[in-house]
Parts: sequence; structure tokens; C-alpha cells
Amino acid sequence: MNTTNGAYDVERIRADFPILASKVYDDHKLVYLDNGASAQKPKAVIDSIRHTYEAEYANVHRGVHFMSQKATEAMEGAREKTRDFLGAAEEREIIFVRGATEGINLVATSWGGAKLGPGDEIVLTVMEHHSNIVPWQLIAERTGAVIKVAPIDDAGELIMDEFEKLLGPRTKMVAVTHVSNALGTVVDVATIIRMAHDHGAMTLIDGCQAVPHMAVDVQALDADFYVFSGHKLYGPSGIGVLYGKADLLNAMPPYQGGGEMINTVSFEGSTWAELPFKFEAGTPHIAGAIALGAAIDYVTGIGVERIASHESELLDYATRRLREINSIRLIGTARDKAAIVSFELDGIHPHDVGTILDREGVAVRTGHHCAQPVMDRFDVAATVRASFGLYNTRDEVDALVASLRHVQEIFGP
Amino acid sequence: MMDLRELYQDVIIDHNKNPRNFGRPETCDHEAKGNNPLCGDKVTVYLTVANGVIEKVQFEARGCAISVASASMMTELVKGKPLAEARAIFEEFRDVVTRKKDVAPDDLERLDKLAALTGVREFPMRVKCATLPWHTMSAALDESEDEVTTE
Repeated sequence: MNTTNGAYDVERIRADFPILASKVYDDHKLVYLDNGASAQKPKAVIDSIRHTYEAEYANVHRGVHFMSQKATEAMEGAREKTRDFLGAAEEREIIFVRGATEGINLVATSWGGAKLGPGDEIVLTVMEHHSNIVPWQLIAERTGAVIKVAPIDDAGELIMDEFEKLLGPRTKMVAVTHVSNALGTVVDVATIIRMAHDHGAMTLIDGCQAVPHMAVDVQALDADFYVFSGHKLYGPSGIGVLYGKADLLNAMPPYQGGGEMINTVSFEGSTWAELPFKFEAGTPHIAGAIALGAAIDYVTGIGVERIASHESELLDYATRRLREINSIRLIGTARDKAAIVSFELDGIHPHDVGTILDREGVAVRTGHHCAQPVMDRFDVAATVRASFGLYNTRDEVDALVASLRHVQEIFGP
Repeated sequence: MMDLRELYQDVIIDHNKNPRNFGRPETCDHEAKGNNPLCGDKVTVYLTVANGVIEKVQFEARGCAISVASASMMTELVKGKPLAEARAIFEEFRDVVTRKKDVAPDDLERLDKLAALTGVREFPMRVKCATLPWHTMSAALDESEDEVTTE
């Protein structure tokens, strides 16, 4: 385990991730550059899952027995770690969900279902992941609300003037990504939230690509809702977090009904549990939540700022090396970027690039990255995306570049 | 690199760069669209059939080298063939690349140019790229109104 002292020892960090020692296709070292899709897991997270099931497992918040109490304490401990990680005021503002997608669906359905009416406006950006588009389309269809979409420029930066023009008296919700998954653009959400609040609108920030790469403080941002997925933060899949301001969450109707979320149930009517349990119907992903706590410990143990600085250097190096390649087009060149590079090679489809890279051990994402409006904006069907994490190295950037040259050799001039 | 060259043989690179029978014809009597939603590959196949024989076949595509080359080779192979024969080639090709059937030397000869595409067998994630144009042609012959999708 690394501590916040001393130089950033990437080799020691890599040793914490068993999968990074894998060989793929006979003899190629795994060069894992698909962290934007899902990050690999440190031993601390894997051990946490094993420990839960071996030593502290039972259902939570129910039994009076020893194991239930242990599991409940561990899960609530993870909630406290998450609260601290996000800078939230209270633990009850941290709702465990399956992932960011469920968090957004929860807010769109529960908050949107209660607060939106015909002609009310939801403002999104063209950079949103499909999971921050489709839930709003579903609730807009149900309520008669209207969706407005803020444009981006050729660098992939939100055009703030155009965004501001979309805000008006009917704006009820502004739902914006913190970091674009397809372009890497870091969005100035602090300004966006201030503008939205000036117009009396609520805000939801999709932090999936932000929390692994930068420090986030939901109170400093004054975000009303903030979501992220555990698996992109080196934690398990199937667990994620919805942060919401307590007064907003309290005023919202439940999203799903079931056990755990009730106070009393009778056939004349039921009453709801207090936060956060009102929004956690059913038995939660207990081991997942606890392991997310372990992932947060791991990341904060290294230090989010140090990770950010390591990744920023890698991004600069990767951008420089990629620009050396002929006929490459970088897509997403914002001034403020997370460690994500999207590109295409002239005349070669991203899927062919992805297949060739894969056979040389280099794992990248190819496709539309669940952000088809971004692809349309840049008039491409798909891109190749390399997304870096805390364990990636310059050598891996070199492997990517060497493999891209092989692609060009195979496809000829 | 050896296995990559089996997939990206020169003939495939050539058909990708210079696709045959490419473009939308002024007239045709069968047409269908195909789509691979996972990667955004799109193909449209246009056919003119007379007396049970494929008289003309053209396609438009936006996709990877495998899907474009497969479509291009397909048009060369089925042009002038009776419908039943074109369907038989499709079925054999599909069975070979999806590993329903082992490839025998006889099959390769019968598959003619398509033999170059059988390397896709070793790349399970890419089989759909190779078969999409064929499913689309089949849908066009069936007069299917629905877009063909790989998912």
C-alpha cells in the first residue's frame, strides 16, 4: 500500500493490481487503457470482498445477531468513507445504488416525476453519456417536460454563452457530466451550478469519469445531486453512489418499494423509512458497498491530488506521442482534460484499430462510447479511446503508439 | 503478427480500400438496411432480381474493413447467381465463420474469394462484422421492412 509520502511509485502501485501481471494472447503484456469503461481492482478491494463473505456477512439493518451487526457496521462505515470522499455534509445524503445509471434514473423518476410538468425544461449537454440522456427522455415523455441541449465547440468544450442562453424561467433541472467520457473534457460544473441556481433550477452532476481523476467536494460545488459508479473508481461493479442534499431527498417520493425502505406497512398504506434507507429498497450489494469503501481508502491512501498529477503527466505525454503519428485526428482537445484521449486514424475504422491493438495486448475502447451525440457532433461513427488510470505508465503509452504504427503498416499507405 | 495477417489479408485490405459495386443504384427492386448498434457499422444492400437470378447488386456501407470487404466480396460472388445458390453461399459462409462447421479444403474452394474472410473465425468479436452484409442481403431478398441488426 502506498502512502501519501514520497515520490509516485507507479511500479509499487502496479503490484497492488494482480490482473496487471497477466499475459494476453500468448506472450503480450496486458496494457490496460480502458479505464474509462471500467478500472481494474487493487488487492485491497478483492480482499475486502473475500473478507466480507468469509468473516462479516449477514443481511444488514435487520438482525439482532452478531454477524448482522458486523455487516451493518462495515456497510455504514463505507457510507461514512463515501461521505468524506465527496465532502458531503451528512451520511444520510449518501444513497447506495447499482451505479450512476441507477442514480440518474432514481432522480429523474422520483424528483422529476414529482416536480416536472408540461413545458418545464431539462438542460443537458451534447457531451452526456446515454445514461444521462435516456432517463430524462423517459421522464420528459411522461411529464410533458422538454429537453434542451447545450452545444460544444470543435475542441469539445462546452460553449458557456450558449449554455447560459438555454437557462430560463422554465428550467427545472440541469444535468451535466463533470468529465466527458468520450472526449475527456473537464466541465466547469461550479459555474454551471451557480448559473442554474440563479435561475432556480436543480443540478445533477454525473461524476463517473471525475471521481477517479480529481478531488470532488459536493458542498463546495453546491451540487444538488451527484452520482458515480464504484467500478470506475477501482471498486466492484454493481455498486454506485447517489449524493443528494438531504432536504431534496426528504421531499422526494420513494423510487422503488420493498423491504428496508419502509417504516410501517399495512394494506391501508405504508410509511417510509428515513434517509438513506427510503431509497435503498431490498437487500443492497453489501459486500460491494464495503469494497467500495476499501477502494476509496486505497485511492485516498495514494492521494487523489497525486493521482491527478500522475495522470496529467501521462496525458501530456500521450498527446505528444500520438501527435507524432501521421494521419491521426485527436477528438477532444479541451484545455482542461482528464486522462482520456479519443482519436481516429485516417481511412482506418476504429474497430480494425481495436482488433489489431488487442492482439498486441493493448486494450482500448472502440465505438461510440455510449455518447452517440458526441460522435455526430464530430461527424464520426466511432473513435478509438485510450483512458488512463493511476497505474498506467509512459511505457504503456509507447506500446500504444508502437501498436498504432503496426496498424498503419497492415493497412498500408 | 501472423494471426493478424490472417484476418487482414491483402485481398481484404484491397476490397476495403476499393470496394466493388459500391454506391446507390438509380433503380433496384430489393433493398434492406443493416446495423451493428455496438459499433455503429451501417450497410445498405440494393438488388435487382430477374427470373430468379440476381442481376444487379450494389451496396453502401460505413463500417470497418471486415464489414466493407465482406460486402464487396459478397456482391462479386452473388452477382449473376440464381437466388437459391446465393442463399446457399450465404448459409455456408455463415456456418463456417460462426464455427457451426469446420472448414474443409472443398469448402474453401466453393467459398472462393470468401475464403480470405474465414480468418475472422479466430476473432469472435468480429464475426458479426463479416456476416452483417449477408444478413442484410438475405433480408432484402425476403423483402423485410425491418432493419437488420446484429444484436
